[in-house]
Amino acid sequence: MLRKPPLFSQDVKQRLAIRFFMQIDLSVQEVTKKFNEFIAVDNVSFEVPDGSFFSILGPSGCGKTTLLRMIAGLTEPTEGKIEIRGKSMLGIPPNKRPVNLIFQQLALFPMMNVEENIAFGLRRRGEGKVDIKKKVEAILERVDLAGFGDKKIDQLSGGQKQRVAIARCLVLEPAVLLLDEPLGALDLKLREQMKVELKMLQAKVGTTFVYITHDQSEALVMSDHVAVMNQGVFEQIDTPQNLYNRPETPFVAQFVGDNNAWSGRIRQCNDMTAEIETAEGPIFHTKVRESLQPGDEVDLFLRPEAMLILPDPSLSELNRFHIIVKDILFDGANSRLLAHPLDADTELLIALPQTRQYDYIQKNDKIEIGWDQQSGICFRRS
Amino acid sequence: MKNQKRWGLFFFLSPVLLWLFLLIVLPHIDLLAMSFRIENDDGQMVWSLSNYLNFFEEPIYWLTFVRTAIFSILVTFLTFVIALPVAFYITKVVAPKFQGFLLVLLLLPFWVSELVRVYGWMILLRESGVINHFLIKLGLLNQPIEMLYKDATMILGLVYTSMLFMVVPITSVLDSLDNSLIEAAYDLGANMWTILFKIIIPHATPGIVSGSIVVFMLTLGNYLTPNLMGGKNSLWFTEQIYNQFIASFNWNQGSAFGFLLLVLSSIVVWLGLKLTRQNLRKVVQ
Amino acid sequence: MIRTLPTSKTYNRCFKFYVVLYFTFLFAPLLVTCILAFNDSQFPSLPWKGFTVEWFTADLTERVGIFHDQINLDSIWVSFRVAFFVTLLSMIVGTCGAFLFEQEDFRYKQLLYFLMLCPLVIPGVILGISILLFSNTLGTYFETNWNIDVDLFRPGFWLVVLGQFSFIATLVTLVVSARLRKFDRTLEEAALNLGANRLEVIWFITLKFLRPAIIGAGAVAFLMSFENFNTTLFLVGYQATLPINLYLQVRDGSTPVINAISFLLIVGTSMVALANLYFSRKET
Repeated sequence: MLRKPPLFSQDVKQRLAIRFFMQIDLSVQEVTKKFNEFIAVDNVSFEVPDGSFFSILGPSGCGKTTLLRMIAGLTEPTEGKIEIRGKSMLGIPPNKRPVNLIFQQLALFPMMNVEENIAFGLRRRGEGKVDIKKKVEAILERVDLAGFGDKKIDQLSGGQKQRVAIARCLVLEPAVLLLDEPLGALDLKLREQMKVELKMLQAKVGTTFVYITHDQSEALVMSDHVAVMNQGVFEQIDTPQNLYNRPETPFVAQFVGDNNAWSGRIRQCNDMTAEIETAEGPIFHTKVRESLQPGDEVDLFLRPEAMLILPDPSLSELNRFHIIVKDILFDGANSRLLAHPLDADTELLIALPQTRQYDYIQKNDKIEIGWDQQSGICFRRS
Repeated sequence: MKNQKRWGLFFFLSPVLLWLFLLIVLPHIDLLAMSFRIENDDGQMVWSLSNYLNFFEEPIYWLTFVRTAIFSILVTFLTFVIALPVAFYITKVVAPKFQGFLLVLLLLPFWVSELVRVYGWMILLRESGVINHFLIKLGLLNQPIEMLYKDATMILGLVYTSMLFMVVPITSVLDSLDNSLIEAAYDLGANMWTILFKIIIPHATPGIVSGSIVVFMLTLGNYLTPNLMGGKNSLWFTEQIYNQFIASFNWNQGSAFGFLLLVLSSIVVWLGLKLTRQNLRKVVQ
Repeated sequence: MIRTLPTSKTYNRCFKFYVVLYFTFLFAPLLVTCILAFNDSQFPSLPWKGFTVEWFTADLTERVGIFHDQINLDSIWVSFRVAFFVTLLSMIVGTCGAFLFEQEDFRYKQLLYFLMLCPLVIPGVILGISILLFSNTLGTYFETNWNIDVDLFRPGFWLVVLGQFSFIATLVTLVVSARLRKFDRTLEEAALNLGANRLEVIWFITLKFLRPAIIGAGAVAFLMSFENFNTTLFLVGYQATLPINLYLQVRDGSTPVINAISFLLIVGTSMVALANLYFSRKET
């Protein structure tokens, strides 16, 4: 059977689809924000199509909140353009923009009850009383808070407050809903639950979400696309899967998921495969994304789960080396071995599958480790 | 955005400026100017220092001034000594369930007009007053004695009048003193007096300073209490001012007196702040 | 030492005794004043001659109760009106001041803040005379230059209002500022984000938040105005406020009518104060 080669790659297809069939809700073009000498946001551009869940992931202080505030209109950009549904937002005050923001601390008005909080924006628009009542009831229903209208804000639990804050914005039917780490204030268990809830809610209402967080798990679980931001710059915009499997910069490799870092030097390189001599001793073969010259300094990243404990000797494509177990970090399904290579004290994290097959491993054991050439991530050190 | 900000600043600034300039700054400049003017023999107003010279040449004036200052400091000190244990008791000693009640009780009398409070003391202390009545009934006295119009009663009245302004700030600073500090000091072997002077008073200094400033200022500028409880012998400086303004209608002389009192009050407040290394902004908060 | 530490019995007893003594000192004059308001005697003194409410209700030639004492009733009414205007003015200006010093930024802000604090350390008598002087200067100026006689510049009702306002506004500013400092400004941003303009933000969010502080400060302002004596003394015209009027009577010899008025004042102010306290407690 003959298979027609695809006319366009998957990626190009998606971009075309965005261009022709989907509306761009939010477009940020070359936006820069300076506070005196400090550059908080440096020449950032991205587009968010209608109905998608877009996250900006970065460590605290990377400029993501500033970016969000610029989209909301609470801060003016120094340079660049922000368009919402094709309309430039330059000079438009925050109260006239079709975006709503969910604040980190939610900023629910404590002097009003739930219903008044939700109706606040509708009242400002001068909508009729009957309409407002209907809309408020409908949105409360949608966030599973029917009948909570006359509750005081301080009578609500953390998760309920969360949903009121979301309802208060969604009722205005914004083009884009901005969320500024809204799960940060919740405890761990509730956070896990709200993550799923938020994702489902977004799918249900179909509003475009722009979500910022420093928590990679939040970003990876919920988003269609994630931008990783560092020191005011976008390092990579991609799907969660690609961010994890094909990071484009060392920062993304280290920030998204755990990674073991090795530093080394290229011995030889051909056909996108390189031989690297690591500073710790072992010599590895790995795929590379660009052609490298012998002698180039590189950083090599290896996921904990890419390293196999005691690999089958029949597998020939593996890099093999020995480690000494320093400790066993038991954490359920996420258990790891803390180890170091034979002649170096670099710390390594190695996934320890809880299949009971490795239960005999003890501290100070010497173990062979193997990893596939395809799973190495290698960057030239700049 | 920019325009709205301007507009907001203007909106808030103008009433405050009107208030401070029309009612505080300009009147006091006028006071200062008036104090250097006198009416000469031809009935014309001329610049002169003689209002101030009068003050220094006439012993009754400057003696009253000094007396007022010294008594005000004494009153401030007495108020502090009386108030500190009370504030300490309410914040640290009494069972917490009575705390709120005692605080309310503490504040209540001071909502009542100063005049009513002074009047209360007058009917207690005067010759035909309640205390004399009971002392005679008990056989401790044969003749009623006049307890009003003495320096001691006047001081009593002034201390009573300004007590609130000392108790409240001290209570609030003591409330913020962590009990465990006292417990730790006790545990480390300090006795009561060490704890008082090394822990409690240093912590309470901002409250004590703010209380003292207000009490001093109120006492210095008080007219009602010295006048009613000290009578003719009170020799309080505000009475001199009142006499110049209302009785002799010599506003220029009165202005000079007023300005001197203002200078005295400012200097003592400033000294108090400097000596305790506090600043006004911190103290009012 | 403190309640969590073991203490000797004597220490506790002495301390308790001191505090009881203090509260006696605090309440004795007020209690005696109140009790003597009901004594059936021509003088506010003991011996006790029997219970009567005549000092409130009587309308006889030798005994006029407060409810029929036109002069005192008038002065109460004057005080009410003065206090009303002082409260209103200082609530408005004090709130403006709080916004100005907490949320705005401008040159000489520190200097202006210092000026705003000044009335706290200027004796009331001095405030009274300097405002009297300045209004007189202005009045003379208007009269000689434009031949206009402005009533406001004469000692009288409005001058009393202005004089009391001049220092009570500072107090309101401080109280409202303290509350405004606790205000979470993201609430304002949230309201802006939900489509409110700046005016609506202030009205629906910030002022709502400040309301308890403004009302509380207003109650304090009312009481301070109602009982002010030192500043008022120099500014008062022919309409005497209650404290001035009482002062004149106390100075020149008194009757139990004053006790009756005092009784009403004590009960009235206590109720305002307690209500104020109750509501501010509830708020927190």
